[in-house]
Amino acid sequence: MLKGYIPPFNATVVQKLLDQGALLMGKTNLDEFAMGSGSTDGVFGPVKNPWSYSKQYREKRRQKAQGESEAADCLIAGGSSGGSAAAVSAFTCFAALGSDTGGSTRNPAAHCGLVGFKPSYGLVSRHGLIPLVNSMDVPGILTRCVDDTAIVLGVLAGHDPKDSTTVQDPVKPFMLPSLTDVNKLCIGIPKEYLVPELSSEVRSLWSKAAGLFESAGAKVIEVSLPHTSYSIVCYHVLCTSEVASNMARFDGLEYGHRCDINVSTEAMYAATRREGFNDVVRGRILSGNFFLLKENYENYFVKAQKVRRLIANDFVNIFNSGVDILLTPTTLSEAVPYLEFIKEDNRTRSAQGDIFTQAVNMAGLPAVSMPAALSHQGLPIGLQFIGRAFCDQKLLTVAKWFEKQVQFPVIQLPELMDGCSSVFENEKLASVSLKH
Amino acid sequence: MWARAVWLTSRGVLGGCQAFATKANPQESGRITAAVIEHLERLALVDFGSREAVARLEKAIAFADRLRAVDTDGVEPMESVLEDRCLYLRSDNVAEGNCAEELLQNSHCVVEEYFVAPPGNISLPKLDEKEPFLHS
Repeated sequence: MLKGYIPPFNATVVQKLLDQGALLMGKTNLDEFAMGSGSTDGVFGPVKNPWSYSKQYREKRRQKAQGESEAADCLIAGGSSGGSAAAVSAFTCFAALGSDTGGSTRNPAAHCGLVGFKPSYGLVSRHGLIPLVNSMDVPGILTRCVDDTAIVLGVLAGHDPKDSTTVQDPVKPFMLPSLTDVNKLCIGIPKEYLVPELSSEVRSLWSKAAGLFESAGAKVIEVSLPHTSYSIVCYHVLCTSEVASNMARFDGLEYGHRCDINVSTEAMYAATRREGFNDVVRGRILSGNFFLLKENYENYFVKAQKVRRLIANDFVNIFNSGVDILLTPTTLSEAVPYLEFIKEDNRTRSAQGDIFTQAVNMAGLPAVSMPAALSHQGLPIGLQFIGRAFCDQKLLTVAKWFEKQVQFPVIQLPELMDGCSSVFENEKLASVSLKH
Repeated sequence: MWARAVWLTSRGVLGGCQAFATKANPQESGRITAAVIEHLERLALVDFGSREAVARLEKAIAFADRLRAVDTDGVEPMESVLEDRCLYLRSDNVAEGNCAEELLQNSHCVVEEYFVAPPGNISLPKLDEKEPFLHS
């Protein structure tokens, strides 16, 4: 739909970065209109996870399956901001922006071994971000280490007169303190997130991380978010409904793709939209329109809005009871091969991919996916930290402590390393950014 | 399930689908009738395109039905997480604009300073007049 479209203005977040001297390397691939959790449904084709080519993964593959072709096992990068994640993971840029409506920044971050940060709703401007779900969208930040995220957030956070959903509280640029002890911290482990579909590796990593905090002196308790099982359903209804409304602006008249039919405006719009949108987008628009029909409005849309309040209240209650940060998995498992991922349709995969991440968007809370360890196959697994609304700095501080404890290995890309061997001498160096 | 299969195969037959739709399996409650399809396509101005798309919609609705199990008596719908805050309204001063040329450049069909649209008072052809599902 937006093929060949050149925007006549910069998004606020882009402009802020450019004003600070950032160099725009390019725009990255994604699922069409950010709908998906694998970055497989884009016009330019699927995004390939750089870890597919990593020494860590390749060596494990060779040990397991001597005869198999290596080309067949290209992995998904996660989605929908998979291109941005792949770009940062492959060391092509310092940081990348993504969008996060249901986990679209944190999911690919987990699959690509990155820090994927979702700010509190209202902290960062959405002006220029193509709206998917106005009440849940936020621009997301992808980097290789927490300090880099803090640098970018410091530039992006703050009120924007062009986005009246940004809060007016003053924001000062911050440096993350290095947390030396965590014994004043209370970490909550939501028990409803322990679902049967969770892979055993992620589950054991999750409890190892909890153990890490506990042995360092933090208080780690089990908490309950009772409406968790309805969260993905609620998200599905609200998302498709808002999408139905937000996609209505793409009619081919003022910008974007336009078909050749000129019989009537309706025929032109219908044909343009059929040509311009893929099946996933059309499916969501139609579902959303169904839920918004007069006879369905109360039973689906308004019902979902009520359930949203219950879900948001679940989080508020937990934070009010003394918990500082919640610790959950980010995804059900490590990245799967592309050929396996496409066996199920987009809606099923999105429901699986977003299961741990979308409740956060419904409550508007800040969350970050941190790379925790490599799986037995040599692939990254991420864990998610969730903070109280507008306590982004505290969340990143804890994430930074975790990062230091975990020392997640740098991706070893043979082609890359041959050229810059001196930079990679120190294998622990996760970021080539400024070190204070 | 047989009723649904019959209905779907009869989609190729233009018109006269209503009789089959009412015989649909009560479990499915026959929600995605031909009338609903036409109505949705008209509202959304995108078409289903294939039977798989209708099946996907039915699955999506079945998925959404799980919300019925939640007790929401006395709960107010939540529109925004920032509902407790006052919305910022900037003052009504013109700060930027005058970029008509840039905006017109993005459109395919422009005459002087106008976007050109096809005639607007013609409605979409009805379902029976349209061709059967196009397979993608």
